[in-house]
Amino acid sequence: MLVLSGIAIIALGFLLRFNPMLVIAASALVTGLAAGIDPLAILAAFGKAFNDTRYVTAIYIVLPVIGLLERNGLQARARALVAGLKGLTLGRLLIAYLGFRQVTAALGLTSVAGHAQTVRPLIAPMAEAAAGEAHDPEKVKALAAATDNIGLFFGEDIFIAIGSILLMKGVLEGYGIFVEPLQMSVWAIPTAIAAFVVHGGRLWWLDRRGRRA
Amino acid sequence: MIGLNLVYGVAGLVFLAFAGLSAVERRWANTGFYALIATSFVAGDWLGDIGNGVLVLALVGIAASGRMRRRVDSAAPVERSAMVFVPALVIPAMALIGTFVFKQFPTVFDPKQATLVALTVGVLLALALCYAWLRPAPAEPFRAGRALMDDIGWAAVLPQMLASLGAVFALAGVGEVVGGLVGVAIPSGSVLGAVLAFGLGMALFTMVMGNAFAAFPVMAAAVGIPLLVKTYGADPAPVAAIGMLAGFCGTLMTPMAANFNLVPAALLELKDANGVIRAQVPTALPLLAFNIILLWWIVA
Repeated sequence: MLVLSGIAIIALGFLLRFNPMLVIAASALVTGLAAGIDPLAILAAFGKAFNDTRYVTAIYIVLPVIGLLERNGLQARARALVAGLKGLTLGRLLIAYLGFRQVTAALGLTSVAGHAQTVRPLIAPMAEAAAGEAHDPEKVKALAAATDNIGLFFGEDIFIAIGSILLMKGVLEGYGIFVEPLQMSVWAIPTAIAAFVVHGGRLWWLDRRGRRA
Repeated sequence: MIGLNLVYGVAGLVFLAFAGLSAVERRWANTGFYALIATSFVAGDWLGDIGNGVLVLALVGIAASGRMRRRVDSAAPVERSAMVFVPALVIPAMALIGTFVFKQFPTVFDPKQATLVALTVGVLLALALCYAWLRPAPAEPFRAGRALMDDIGWAAVLPQMLASLGAVFALAGVGEVVGGLVGVAIPSGSVLGAVLAFGLGMALFTMVMGNAFAAFPVMAAAVGIPLLVKTYGADPAPVAAIGMLAGFCGTLMTPMAANFNLVPAALLELKDANGVIRAQVPTALPLLAFNIILLWWIVA
């Protein structure tokens, strides 16, 4: 039971608004000590996993290009492009992006779009331009980021070689249960459709409300 | 073979440039933080497990000191023609094309890392295009990139921290204990109870750990395999797939999933750090309900 104190530390640390980096390190230390693991072994396990997962931080290599292009008017161009398209509303733009993100993620192309590559330089300014005066720009930008996440999460599991499918296959094999990745990926399709309907419906509703206001 | 070595080399150089530019302005906390990330990318495999652990402790120390600063400059952008889209679109286009092309040459490119390698090649290509066309000062792209990086700050390595915490949890057997507790809490013979415990457990544990990957082995061991599959005879494929998707609904609702929720809030300069989460909850909750009902229909 004592090993659960690490989970309590995470919850408490967030409630008290301590620095999350510190909270995570403290949680790892306490959990390891509670399980009777040598402090050096805890440090080694933590360091090894940190080194093995560097690929998630590699995405920031796009920032120099994006930053330079923004200084050369990328966001203003993205806004101008949307302003030139009659009939493009906030809802329609984000529904199209949701569909694009779900389909590309389902094909395994998860890094084709993302917050650094597409949302900040292109989608968010386009969404702001499409929303005009009808919506709070803060909410519009947040919704653009949310649409990217939802499209990614509920598209990628349809792809058979994605990390989560391989993880599930590995865990099940640990219990002597053998399933093909395809058997799991087809079961991601109903939720992918539901995600498109629920989130797309919210975006569509936003357009209707905006027009009335 | 070209694989993560290229990706990590480029990433190391980019973070080294961020560190150098921060040093020039005497922003020492930022300098140290970026220099440590650069070290991790370039030399991580030689540091050894303890060495990497010490590196992480140094990162935590700098982040917790509260001395890292946000961006300094906000120079007004220059107006350019629509050509400015071209380098921006080269990156996703190259990621798309490269993923397919590189997989045809498994001896040259690591097929498992095709997309990341393609993305990196796209970035290098876009950068070359920018230098040729816009003729910026050599350090200009890195100065602009560092301004964005400063906005993200320590949140950039939070996903790596959480993955590492997951490794320690696994070592300490947290999963088994949580599983035992959940198992006791379910009324015996209740299919609905087991389905609810599995779906909600995936979402809640994902919210604490910030990652559905950490929650899945725990909930599969606690409820998924022993109850849903073995006792009630459910097909393991949908149980696993839908359970994972229920976890993703949790990812949408937690600040622990920093790279999806906190980083974009910083990147988009939102006033509310939880603004992205607020925008996601109304989609995440109905979807969680959908997943639980779907699973119940399959099991029952």
